[in-house]
Amino acid sequence: MNVIRVDNLTKSFKSGWPGRPPVTALDGLSLMVTHGEIFGFLGPNGAGKTTTLKILMGLMRSDSGTVEIFGQPAGNVAVRKRIGFLPESPYFYDYLTAGEFLTFYGQLAGLDRSTLKGRVSQLLDLVGLLDAEHRQLRKFSKGMLQRVGLAQAIIHDPELVVLDEPMSGLDPLGRKQVRDLILGLREQGKTVFFSSHIIPDVEMICDRVGIVMKGKLLAAGRVDELVGYSHTQSVEIVWEGVSPARMGSVQKIATHILQRGMRALAVVPGQHQVDDVVTMIRSHGGRLVSVTPQKRSLEELFLREAKKPEIFNEAVGA
Amino acid sequence: MTMQPILVIALNTFRENLRDKILYNLLFFAVLLMGASVLLADLTIMEHHKIIKDMGLAAINLGGVMIATFVGIGLVSKEIERRTVYTIMARPISRAQFILGKYLGLVITLSVNVVVMMAVFLGTMLLYRVPVQMALFQAVELIFVEVLLVTALALFFSTFTSSSLSAIMTIGMYVIGHLTTDMKGFAQNSQSEAIMAFVTGLYYLCPNLESLNIKGQAATGIPVTLTYQALATGYGLLYATILVVSACAIFRKRDF
Repeated sequence: MNVIRVDNLTKSFKSGWPGRPPVTALDGLSLMVTHGEIFGFLGPNGAGKTTTLKILMGLMRSDSGTVEIFGQPAGNVAVRKRIGFLPESPYFYDYLTAGEFLTFYGQLAGLDRSTLKGRVSQLLDLVGLLDAEHRQLRKFSKGMLQRVGLAQAIIHDPELVVLDEPMSGLDPLGRKQVRDLILGLREQGKTVFFSSHIIPDVEMICDRVGIVMKGKLLAAGRVDELVGYSHTQSVEIVWEGVSPARMGSVQKIATHILQRGMRALAVVPGQHQVDDVVTMIRSHGGRLVSVTPQKRSLEELFLREAKKPEIFNEAVGA
Repeated sequence: MTMQPILVIALNTFRENLRDKILYNLLFFAVLLMGASVLLADLTIMEHHKIIKDMGLAAINLGGVMIATFVGIGLVSKEIERRTVYTIMARPISRAQFILGKYLGLVITLSVNVVVMMAVFLGTMLLYRVPVQMALFQAVELIFVEVLLVTALALFFSTFTSSSLSAIMTIGMYVIGHLTTDMKGFAQNSQSEAIMAFVTGLYYLCPNLESLNIKGQAATGIPVTLTYQALATGYGLLYATILVVSACAIFRKRDF
């Protein structure tokens, strides 16, 4: 079941100077997010991630295209009961204490006082801020604000949680806490849609990923599918006891060869060359140490997409 | 439209005002002005009572208008500038409910403020044995209506401009609002038809705040008729309602 459906979304902003063309933020972006998955929306700064999220939340109107959440158009007030949202670098009412803050957002979501009382303590405990319940938000660190922001996003137990750069500016411990929280939401059967430009975070926890650049969705799918598709994985072979110089054929097959003492390493472009190299090592009296397929990371895919001529030319304005 | 989200926003706005230093500074200034009336009355040979009443009413008026303006201009624009509006608008609450809640919150603050200042005023009058007349209550009621109207003006401007521009426009409208009678006279005496049309248009467009000003009359103890009181109140409230409805309409169309 689709929770979010975005179809051919476009949005441009006036440049601010008369005569200058408008700046295109979204250029026919389409994507789907299904029930119960963690969907990572990956892209560099200025790619259109926040604009997409703002349109999803009804904070901004698109120029064209359709956006549906739970089958209803974006901005539908009733549907917002089922959604939790944390914007990028959030600023909250800093005169409120953490307890008052969560109570306020819970009341706005329609929760009654008796339900809220237990829920506020439970969530503050979950994000590790129970000790700070009576402290004003102006005395919170950035990491604490991010955590209390996450708590407000889920105070009403929403089915869909939308997070804009939830790990941005956090230290490694804070990032881990947020990651654990997102994984915990999936375990509860929630759908999480979050944007980020921090690739390892996305790679680590997302079921599916969408890569957006210059307002277009360049690729979407499971992380392993994305990093594996259309390219043959290279394989790293390590052995000892025989020098690569004595194995002429290996030098022809391998893309990289390295030797340190008695140990040698060769990288071959694909799985089918592995048998040839292993046979050669054995026939020359060498001992095989390891054979490791080189898994491409999401970062490589991301950088490769960014370097594609059409993307690069648009980025430099050519 | 349900009232619950409006009340939640209103009570939070009231709480924000209570925790804001600017409110106490303005309130202190108004009470100081009221205290100065006693000093000024002592320095004059005659009309001690009138000076205390004049200054007291002026202090309530000025205090209310200043709070309405300087708190009102940030009601919406500050929410947008600081991006607090993002998380609020992500809740099941309509944009009109948000605007109404913000307005109601400041109205609660202003009501408390007027009541406190009125209590100080009455205390001062009782201390100096100044007779308390009905006309004073009539003047304070119309001051409150004026304050509601100025709040609506500040709210209206803050839905589409920054805080500083809202302040300039609200103060500008307040000044023009007290000069509308002069404007009408100027239009009638003008030789240029274009100027006459422009100034006449401005006269009908701007709020006539002088119609809500009966302070001078009240200080002398002469009450206005109840019909005038009702008409002036109705006019002020209708104008404020139009501004709040317009603010809701503008806010509905905004992108954040």
